[in-house]
Amino acid sequence: MTTRAIHWFKFASPQNFYGLAGRLWTWFAALAAALMAVGLWISFFVAPTDAQQGQGYRIIFVHVPASQMSMFIYVVMAFWAGLGLAFNTRLSGMMASALAPTGALFAFLSLITGALWGKPMWGAWWVWDARLTSELILLFLYLGFLALQSSIDDPRRADKAGAVLALVGVVNVPIIYFSVQWWNTLHQGASVSLTRAPSMASTMLWGMLIMVVAFWMYTIAVALVRVRSIILERERHTEWVKHALE
Amino acid sequence: MHWNSAAEFFAMGGYALYVWGSFGITAAVMAIEVLLLSRQRARVLRNLRDELRSEGGPT
Repeated sequence: MTTRAIHWFKFASPQNFYGLAGRLWTWFAALAAALMAVGLWISFFVAPTDAQQGQGYRIIFVHVPASQMSMFIYVVMAFWAGLGLAFNTRLSGMMASALAPTGALFAFLSLITGALWGKPMWGAWWVWDARLTSELILLFLYLGFLALQSSIDDPRRADKAGAVLALVGVVNVPIIYFSVQWWNTLHQGASVSLTRAPSMASTMLWGMLIMVVAFWMYTIAVALVRVRSIILERERHTEWVKHALE
Repeated sequence: MHWNSAAEFFAMGGYALYVWGSFGITAAVMAIEVLLLSRQRARVLRNLRDELRSEGGPT
């Protein structure tokens, strides 16, 4: 039991994690590419035409994964940030910094694909609906985190300041998630939930789930690559980085 | 298969702008992120090697 724990803590050291991330990211990238190929094929050739929205509903296959990832990444980022704040571990802050740009991109994609979906179905690119507004706040939280971190020169202090912002902002995630139940929103409720049967054709559901997993794999791959660059920069004065570069 | 021709596929039942716009921008954002990441890595490696050379070189 204890040897197992020690084995895992080994990767809390940036040096060991650098090597591990280097071995892992290609696998995640390959999985992401394969799953996206399958997901796209289902999105366009297997999933049936929707009775109400015709072919327009196919936006769901990028909109839902992007939106989910924007929320999940924030929670994971806040988790790492909190861990770094509590235990003062170096790698945690680097993980949070590596996730933030990708989370911001997914929040942006969620809003853009949502606008492209809203225009033909609701007749408006944007409405100040609770779901849309809270997702916009999520994008601002990501941008605030990135701006705050880049404005502080000392990386350890930047991690601490960013962590506080990330932890305070995490309250917004359940607000986004439950906004469609708490308020009377134009945005529809969830089509998939754990407690009842999904309200969509099974091939549509499978296509969406495969795309969600593909986006997960993509996120893990890019975050691992980014954290490797961050580790190298922050550990530049250590012996192991000098050896690794030779 | 619900497409009778390539033209019908690209027309997306009249939603071409919205469907292709959504998939297109998602693909573009991902491609740009991957490109920026590879450039970031190259830049970090170059800077660190330069630093190392100026430290270790004859003074």
